[in-house]
Amino acid sequence: MRLAILNSGHSLGTKALFAIIRIVSRQPVLDVIKLGKYRPEFYGAPMQSLTHEAMRGPSEWSIADRELIAAFIAKNNQCEFCTKAHSAVAQRAYGDSKSVAALLSDVESASLDPPLRATLGMLGKLIRKHAVDVDDMRDVLAAGASHRQIADALAVCFAFDVTCRLANSFGFVVPGPDAIEAGAKYLLARGYR
Amino acid sequence: MSDVKERQRVLVKQILGADGKASLAERRAAFENRGVSEPVRGLVDKVAKHASRIVDDDIAAAKASGLAEDEIFEIVVCAAVGQGIRHYETALAALTLATEEK
Repeated sequence: MRLAILNSGHSLGTKALFAIIRIVSRQPVLDVIKLGKYRPEFYGAPMQSLTHEAMRGPSEWSIADRELIAAFIAKNNQCEFCTKAHSAVAQRAYGDSKSVAALLSDVESASLDPPLRATLGMLGKLIRKHAVDVDDMRDVLAAGASHRQIADALAVCFAFDVTCRLANSFGFVVPGPDAIEAGAKYLLARGYR
Repeated sequence: MSDVKERQRVLVKQILGADGKASLAERRAAFENRGVSEPVRGLVDKVAKHASRIVDDDIAAAKASGLAEDEIFEIVVCAAVGQGIRHYETALAALTLATEEK
């Protein structure tokens, strides 16, 4: 990472935690965890709480759908780290019923339910253009998404819009496939707390 | 998602609270991407609009200007959260308008 403090500026207790993570998981500590644990009272702790609520709290979207939305936001932010990480979680959550890679490569013609497809289209515009308007929202509602579903998707979008900006800014190292899969397994089992 | 809005409020309160290493004025300017002074004006704008284009030299230049890493950390976090909030609130306002019509 581009700031040394994010690699090695943690408290002794946090460094001990990282050592345990490395031993138990047999994987390096992911940069997103290093960021969240650096001066956690400033950013990491409140952001972790928000992300868990958006991704695992009550919602009309399934966990798999929310992970797909996260991966889609990451792809639109050109964030390789988050795209790979959340594609892996979404794929585990969907199982064999869907190919996340295929969905992300062609959202328009993908075999997605119309409310989710329309929601992703609106979110993609929000990230690319930095704005959406009432007509965009009318289209999503007309496709069958509820107000609650759209609001929930915007919460997921917020969490990963911010995380991807930080991943790209601080230069997160993109881990290998084994570390991605280990992280996905953990996130699906334990969430973001 | 009222719980998420409450958590957003807590997050913003923390990053724009009194305990930062960068001044509150610098953090608030980064959060709003408005009135940011050199040497981080370009970096803040990139975080907000084109974070994927940030390269090692962008952060290295901020360090070379004399800013401590903790100050850069806070300024970048504030810029990212501020842009995320603007996206969220713009979209939520449009959703509220569209829903009221129905």
